[in-house]
Amino acid sequence: MAYVAVKGGERAIDAAHAWLAAARRGDGAIVELQTAQIREQLGRAVDRVMAEGSLYDPELAALAIKQSQGDLIEAGFLLRAFRTTLPRLAATLPLDTATMRLTRRISAIFKDLPGGQVLGPTYDYTHRLLDFALLENAPVAPAPQAEAIAGPTPRVADILGHEGLLEADARSEDEPFDLTRAPLAFPAGRDARLQGLARGDEGFLLGLGYSTQRGYGNNHPFVGELRAGEVDVEIVPAELGFAVCIGTVTLTECQMVNQFAGSKTEPAQFTRGYGLAFGHADRRAMAMALVDRALRAEELGEARTAPAQDPQFVLSTCDNVEATGFVEHLKLPHYVDFQSELETIRRLRATAERTQAASLPEAAP
Amino acid sequence: MGLLARAVPGELAAHLETAPALPDFVVLRGPQTGLVMLRGRAGGGGAPFNLGEMTATRASVRDATGRIGHATVAGRDAAHALAAARLDAALQDPARHAALKATVLDRLAVSETQRHAAGARRAAATRVDFFTLATQR
Repeated sequence: MAYVAVKGGERAIDAAHAWLAAARRGDGAIVELQTAQIREQLGRAVDRVMAEGSLYDPELAALAIKQSQGDLIEAGFLLRAFRTTLPRLAATLPLDTATMRLTRRISAIFKDLPGGQVLGPTYDYTHRLLDFALLENAPVAPAPQAEAIAGPTPRVADILGHEGLLEADARSEDEPFDLTRAPLAFPAGRDARLQGLARGDEGFLLGLGYSTQRGYGNNHPFVGELRAGEVDVEIVPAELGFAVCIGTVTLTECQMVNQFAGSKTEPAQFTRGYGLAFGHADRRAMAMALVDRALRAEELGEARTAPAQDPQFVLSTCDNVEATGFVEHLKLPHYVDFQSELETIRRLRATAERTQAASLPEAAP
Repeated sequence: MGLLARAVPGELAAHLETAPALPDFVVLRGPQTGLVMLRGRAGGGGAPFNLGEMTATRASVRDATGRIGHATVAGRDAAHALAAARLDAALQDPARHAALKATVLDRLAVSETQRHAAGARRAAATRVDFFTLATQR
């Protein structure tokens, strides 16, 4: 049943929105929040909104968070809506994460990897105790510094790859599927799946990734590498014909390494799941990598038994903007729909009662 | 062009204040803000996929000497794109190149290098040497 538009209620709606604006501002005696404060001090929320809004622009994400009173799904929705007002200028050359200026880079499988294990600004190893000093806005000491690490920091995948123990990337330069331009169709290629996962809801991806660990399509994952840092963005403008850098983005990349027994044509080797996320987003990148690997079940000849291995289920439901739209539209007026259902039910009951009444005398002894 | 695009807009504007004046110009296109689709590679080195978009602003100008300059810069800052395009045109002028390079590009390069170095030093301070207790395989 479709939603049928209603008329009226304009004055109430205007008043509701005016109240919303006042509620958003909160107590006028408290200093108003600046978007720059959100961008600088609520960076993980900004990263999440950019990822789920599928638009890298920290300032706009901060604005969306302010406008939505910190409702991050609503904020992502605002970014998605905004992006539809802009023309597409170009597509970048594929980002080269091997050249990332690293703020973080760890591996759970290689202790002594070239370039070292760099923790970066992480919540790992914190005690998860509330820090009451933050209530007082105490000054913060500058981060310690040490002599910069010399030498390259190759991706772990490239190190293991040399021995052939790890499945290699199938490099190509094919034009990737773009789900902002074409509707998703199944079976979906890995390009379409990665794009869908990259903007999928973090909580949903986390739950699905977790489900694979709990036995629903287990593939025994290890974090081969998790790296975060800044990557140059390059495009080839039509007017120039050569690549130019237009800026940088901060990304988190996860290489998940998984067991694979091999097949008739492939020797036993590790397979991989891949996650790439805007900003500093360990959890999102790891969950994406788990689900990416799970979605490769068919390609790798594994039995498809669990939700996380079903591309149509995962990709059709992981987008929280679509999900919230369809779930939340249920609260809009459905009076006409409901009226028709009501009449159907009344008719069914009336028919049943008539049939019962007609059959009763004969049934009596 | 990369240096100009990656510059902190405030810094670029400050350097332009002290640099030799740029020639007058007419805008040929923009400044226009739009989207650039960021692409990654599956597995980091495989087939390209669309990761998500970013905002970007582009501008093209022709300056009084007839030179044409182009710029595309990440973000929505029209003044940044216009300044980068004007510099792109002026830097093609052999009579201006050296002075503009010294007052703008070199300074941007220095501050970018410092920024990267500071990040690398902070990262190095969090470098950890794990050692396993059970077996040293």
